[in-house]
Amino acid sequence: MEGTLDTTIEIALTVNGAAVRRRVEARRSLVDFIREDLELTGSHVGCEQGVCGACTVRVDGALARGCLTLAVQCDGAAVETIEGVAASGEIADLQAAFAVANALQCGFCTPAMLLTAHELLRGNPAPSGAEIRRGLSGNYCRCTGYHAIVEAILATAATRRNT
Amino acid sequence: MTAEGAKRPNRDVIDRADSYIGQSVIRPQAARLLAGRGVFTDDLRLPRMLHVAFLRSPHAHARIVSLDARAALAISGVARVVTGDELAGICAGWVGTLAHFQGMKSAMQYPLARGRATWQGEPVAAVVAESRARAEDGVGRLAVEWEPLPAVTDPETALDPATPVIHPELGDNLAFALELKSGDPDAAFAGADHVYRDTFWMGRHTGVTLEPRVILADFDPSERRLTVYHSFQAPNMMQDILARHLNLPEHDVRVICKDVGGSFGIKVHIYPDEMATCALAVLLGRPVKFVADRLESFQSDIHARDHRVDAEIAVTRDGTMVAMRVDDLTGIGPYSVYPRTSAVEGNQTVRLTPGVYRFRDYAGRLRVVLQNKTPMCQYRAVGHPIAFAVMEGMVDRVARELGLDPVEVRRRNYVTAEMYPHTSQTGYFFERLSHEECLDKLLAISGYRALAAERDELRKRGVYRGLGLCAFIELTTPGPAFYGVGGARISSQDGCTLKLEPSGAVTCVTGVTEQGQGTDAMLAQVVASAVGVRMEDVRVLTGDTLVSPYGGGTWASRGAGIGGEAALQTGKALKGNVLRVAGAILQTEPEDLDLRRGKIVDADTGEVRLELAELGRIAYFRPDTLPKDFQSELTVTRHYVPRHQGFAFTNGIQLSHLEVDVDTGFVRLLGHWAVEDCGRIINPRLVDEQVRGAIVQGIGAALFEHCVYDEAGQLLTGTMADYLVPMAAEMPDIVVGHVETPTAFAEGGFKGAGEAGTAGAAAAVANAVNDALRPFGACVTEIPLTPQVILTALGRI
Repeated sequence: MEGTLDTTIEIALTVNGAAVRRRVEARRSLVDFIREDLELTGSHVGCEQGVCGACTVRVDGALARGCLTLAVQCDGAAVETIEGVAASGEIADLQAAFAVANALQCGFCTPAMLLTAHELLRGNPAPSGAEIRRGLSGNYCRCTGYHAIVEAILATAATRRNT
Repeated sequence: MTAEGAKRPNRDVIDRADSYIGQSVIRPQAARLLAGRGVFTDDLRLPRMLHVAFLRSPHAHARIVSLDARAALAISGVARVVTGDELAGICAGWVGTLAHFQGMKSAMQYPLARGRATWQGEPVAAVVAESRARAEDGVGRLAVEWEPLPAVTDPETALDPATPVIHPELGDNLAFALELKSGDPDAAFAGADHVYRDTFWMGRHTGVTLEPRVILADFDPSERRLTVYHSFQAPNMMQDILARHLNLPEHDVRVICKDVGGSFGIKVHIYPDEMATCALAVLLGRPVKFVADRLESFQSDIHARDHRVDAEIAVTRDGTMVAMRVDDLTGIGPYSVYPRTSAVEGNQTVRLTPGVYRFRDYAGRLRVVLQNKTPMCQYRAVGHPIAFAVMEGMVDRVARELGLDPVEVRRRNYVTAEMYPHTSQTGYFFERLSHEECLDKLLAISGYRALAAERDELRKRGVYRGLGLCAFIELTTPGPAFYGVGGARISSQDGCTLKLEPSGAVTCVTGVTEQGQGTDAMLAQVVASAVGVRMEDVRVLTGDTLVSPYGGGTWASRGAGIGGEAALQTGKALKGNVLRVAGAILQTEPEDLDLRRGKIVDADTGEVRLELAELGRIAYFRPDTLPKDFQSELTVTRHYVPRHQGFAFTNGIQLSHLEVDVDTGFVRLLGHWAVEDCGRIINPRLVDEQVRGAIVQGIGAALFEHCVYDEAGQLLTGTMADYLVPMAAEMPDIVVGHVETPTAFAEGGFKGAGEAGTAGAAAAVANAVNDALRPFGACVTEIPLTPQVILTALGRI
């Protein structure tokens, strides 16, 4: 804040595979860093206390809450956001299944929902509807009522098993 | 020779072979949103943009004795601290009343509190800084001396002489009162075989859009023009209000709605903090952004419901309803919300309650009182969930008391097929509803009888399952009687502009807006069908007051019924004009041609005569090859307003199947079914998903969602960890069925579908819980149905 005390720290990390070096305030959350400093606005801020899941990103391959993670904690880490995961084609089948099932309405929870669904299917290639519902319980959707999301993930799981 | 209008009407928009109406096509916007390429208002950043954070009252009611901003202004990056009196010089105050609510009163409200705060969370001072974090630092450094005042929190005592009056200039805490009477209810009650009474409590809850409210206002002092990016449902309404309250010419205010991250009626009201943000942009001559954080959302987004309803029903011994009385008391916060008012929910509650059934003797009483809590206003399905919790709760009570089948009690009392057109006890006009068909279909798709048999069997083994029905009507597609006649400048008409591009593609600009419902898809389907082009060749633009025809936006389930019909009529007009151009090019009568999927064809043989792109080339670049007296008109605008009925009412019925753990009070949802009739369906999947999403919001209200206050007016549920919204694991699969009764008053036959799910879900769940508790003689009439409520009803705590 004011005064001469420097509250910024330099960090170096990769974001969607690209090297990034920035000086950030120690208090800056990862999702604010991604959105504000890197202008990757596909990660969203819904509650800032780790409940709604809209800020979900991947840090070193594992899902993380962007609002509960500080940017400085990601020094040296590999961070992936919806922009990177979408561009790589890794979740193209999930995206297509979501579109067909209309498993999104306003789209605000959607990027995080896709990342969570993808993670879920990696851990359990043949989930039941109930297992999917449990797996999604850290991601709030206020529009769809979840039914179509479950349907889209079931469809993707079936397709992945058959290919 | 005029290019407007073809001689032979195109009557075949709906049924033609290449129509997209009735197809579950994918939303054009889906790909963008699925790639993280949505553009929500908080994603925008403008040069020299500032951020505002608000100091909000920590008290439900307090005098602001003093405010010292020196420490805040000392923070590097803090640009300005502004209080209520300063901002009132830029932004005029407002009063949230409507002229057709006779006797309604509310107090003058300003962007920031002046002298006194009247709810916990009311914005009191604004700190503007180079970043949101710095602005919040500044808020933390504001030194305020408060003098707490007694808070009015209980609606039951709000009108007592001993209760302080929140706004002394109003004389009392009564914002609005209404008494309705149809027939002779007193005589009917006196002659009835049985009279049953119950009291229902509907908890206060709120919308919780996952994207919080956000606004970015950009004022250019050189031109005195204001551009506002707003997560909002009704851009023209906001434009009008900003112009009038900031004293700017209306045409110098432009409101743009980018992607909106959920709305549900939350983002259709005037909020002091958003008005303050726009006033600050004018004051500072720089862009200013405000994003509500989640705590602010819970404290300042409108809340809804919070009704206590006393109901009495009179029946004959065979379960025929003869009369009903309803007395609704609701507390709305310290101000009626501008410009739609906070009287609408109560008004609709007492008017909607009896409408499913045909008895005529009815009395409704409403009192809307002020209190020191977050203001309440219209949220998805306004009034409906309360009305049907009461009505359907009473229907099940009648069935229980008389030992009748709840299905048969409904069937016996419905407004039936031969009674249409029908006017309800409270004056609502029903062109044609389909209660019996919907009930039959629901019983079939749910396997109701088998579920009931299983329930009875399981009860013997100590497993307590319940089935709960809720029949409902839904008010959609409102005409000018809703707001316009009361003096609110909220458009009930909407327009659509279609432009044929030289490529043969069609650009559609409309006044209805998109918040995830699929307005873009629905309109593209209608336009493609009416014009005769491929859907992928239609591009829909919504939410920009500078370019769109004037309109109301999207609320009250009006997008399809009004925006869809406007698009249909515009599409037909453009098609007529295209065929006239084609006739001129081909030296053929336009009546002998047709436009199908982007090709001009011989109307009789289907033979392709001309590609639309070739027509575009000639019309735009080689008009010299057309007859000298021919002018092509390939941009067309049409408007639509419902003129023949106040609302296009829809109807439906829902069934909840659940299990109550009588030891813990927990409810496990096993299934939910809905059959609804929204008229002609444009996109079945989109309608299903509207219904499902709306049902889950209603289930949230039934089981979890509650804005809880203590006696001092402190909100105890200010985070998502305290205020529970439905999560995936708790929600059941939801089966949706349809009956289609198109309205004959509009060519498309479309009605609204956005709120039907919420209208009936809570009552279905409550009735199912009561069905499950029946072996214990227990009954609950309040929501949310928390374990505590259920265990209390069971006498276990």
